Amino acid sequence: MGDTSMKKDQVYILAIETSCDETAVAIIKDGKEIISNVVASQIESHKRFGGVVPEVASRHHVEQVTYILEEALSKADMTMKEMDAIAVTEGPGLVGALLVGVSVAKALAFSHQLPLIGVHHIAGHIYANQLLEPFEFPLLSLVVSGGHTELILMKEHGVFEVIGETRDDACGEAYDKVARTIGVPYPGGPLVDKLAQTGEDTLNFPRIYLEEDSYDFSFSGLKSAVINTVHNAKQKGEVLKKEDIARSFQESAVEVLVHKTKKAAQAFQVKQVIVAGGVAANSRLREALTEAFSETDMHLAIPPLALCTDNAAMIGAAGYIAYQKGNRAGLDLNANPGLDLEMYGDR
Amino acid sequence: MTILAIDTTNDALAVALYREGLVIESYVSVNKNKHSTRLMPAIDYIMHDADIKPADLTKIVVAKGPGSYTGVRIALSVAKTMAWTLNIPLAAVSSLKALALNAIDHTYVCPFFDARRGLVFTGLYDQAGNLVKEEVNILFEDWLQSLKTFKAPITFVSPDIEHYRALIEDTLGQAAQFLPKGHHVINPGLLATIGEKEEAVDPHQLVPNYLRLVEAEVKWLEKQVADTNE
Ligand SMILES: [Zn+2]
Repeated sequence: MGDTSMKKDQVYILAIETSCDETAVAIIKDGKEIISNVVASQIESHKRFGGVVPEVASRHHVEQVTYILEEALSKADMTMKEMDAIAVTEGPGLVGALLVGVSVAKALAFSHQLPLIGVHHIAGHIYANQLLEPFEFPLLSLVVSGGHTELILMKEHGVFEVIGETRDDACGEAYDKVARTIGVPYPGGPLVDKLAQTGEDTLNFPRIYLEEDSYDFSFSGLKSAVINTVHNAKQKGEVLKKEDIARSFQESAVEVLVHKTKKAAQAFQVKQVIVAGGVAANSRLREALTEAFSETDMHLAIPPLALCTDNAAMIGAAGYIAYQKGNRAGLDLNANPGLDLEMYGDR
Repeated sequence: MTILAIDTTNDALAVALYREGLVIESYVSVNKNKHSTRLMPAIDYIMHDADIKPADLTKIVVAKGPGSYTGVRIALSVAKTMAWTLNIPLAAVSSLKALALNAIDHTYVCPFFDARRGLVFTGLYDQAGNLVKEEVNILFEDWLQSLKTFKAPITFVSPDIEHYRALIEDTLGQAAQFLPKGHHVINPGLLATIGEKEEAVDPHQLVPNYLRLVEAEVKWLEKQVADTNE
């Protein structure tokens, strides 16, 4: 029997994601088809603390993970014997949380003598879109979440060029701080979005574009402007409508995000623009991006909500590319909370 | 019976294989903060050396804490996953009990791990390995005072023994006994050996034995109490 007889035309990857407060396992076929996708959110537990407590997140992961593995396999109606590789988020993220997923992935790979693949979390977010439609290169991805605000250029699979990133707060982080300022409970992003829908852009918050030729972002100035405005109004005994604060903030944030994304897309003459990360769920961002790209021949892709937020299906999709490239991790794979995306792509 | 024993709860990483009544492989490395990168390669090494395949294992025994939160989770993540996916029994033993095994024929054994700021994780075991004083996270001075009521010698065993030897002797005098140097780290062979009789637990339901709440949870609980008292 030659080697070719071993070559499978279908590749099933079991993927694990535990970088923050979601314990997730998915089974992905050929990097593009979701066989099962299970996400256990810890949000209810972290709500009482007003944000994610890393040690609490790690504790939940170790309590949940085998249940989620079992559910992912049973929903797929498959067994470990049918898997071809194990993919896992190795970073970036919360180190204690990542370590649970990495340890579990290594134990699975070892137990069944399967290849192990380490995946970059942001590569995962971008590849979520591969589960819906194929990539068209060159492509630009706007990654916006609680931990990230980045513009990433891709000319081929698995290779990433970060052309812009936030110099201070991530966009989602600014959303959470504004939420706290106006007394909206954690997680504040979706509620600020909701309030903004009935508010008006009356407060003239700054649009922070940085240098003319920069694709970088900055949200700390906008965040401070919101806090100061609320504080000053309070001192003067004025009452500002929460809805107006939310709307004014959101308009400023979204305007800059959309402007820079469109400018970069045109400068690099991309064929496709992919929006990824938790803030991609924001209704105003979706609306403004859709409008901005409607008159162009660039194809705008925004995955549905469930694939924007953290999940393991996206890790399986990105893991497939690494699998095809022949990238294998050893049993000494470690969690890397500061894993660099460009270096990851250079492997 | 072919048992794999795992401990990474404290500074030592320890793994062993036990087959038909004998410890056939044992590996201990004291090198904290390296458990994540070294545990699976260590398991791979001893199993390869003994020519045992994962499917040949019939039981897993793991030390479930207390100790470093991260260390405890690494061992449990691996042990739970392997037992679940290989569909074999899983036993979990307190890391304090595992340490106490080093002095198992002594009347009373007090194993402990340093938990910083004067605190320790500790408990008291008898000759048969039964717990006679509950495992706690406590100021070591307070714990030693509470041991004064025991009218028999107590043998102390701990990786941090040298740091606390004087305090133990000052508090308990003649009642304090110590194992010789070199006997103060969990022996994975002993862990595997008692693991044979240890009752199996459901891998899904096994949770770490942290002996301590997260700081944020403590504050949250205090606030709940304060709010209801208002
Ligand atoms: Zn994410």
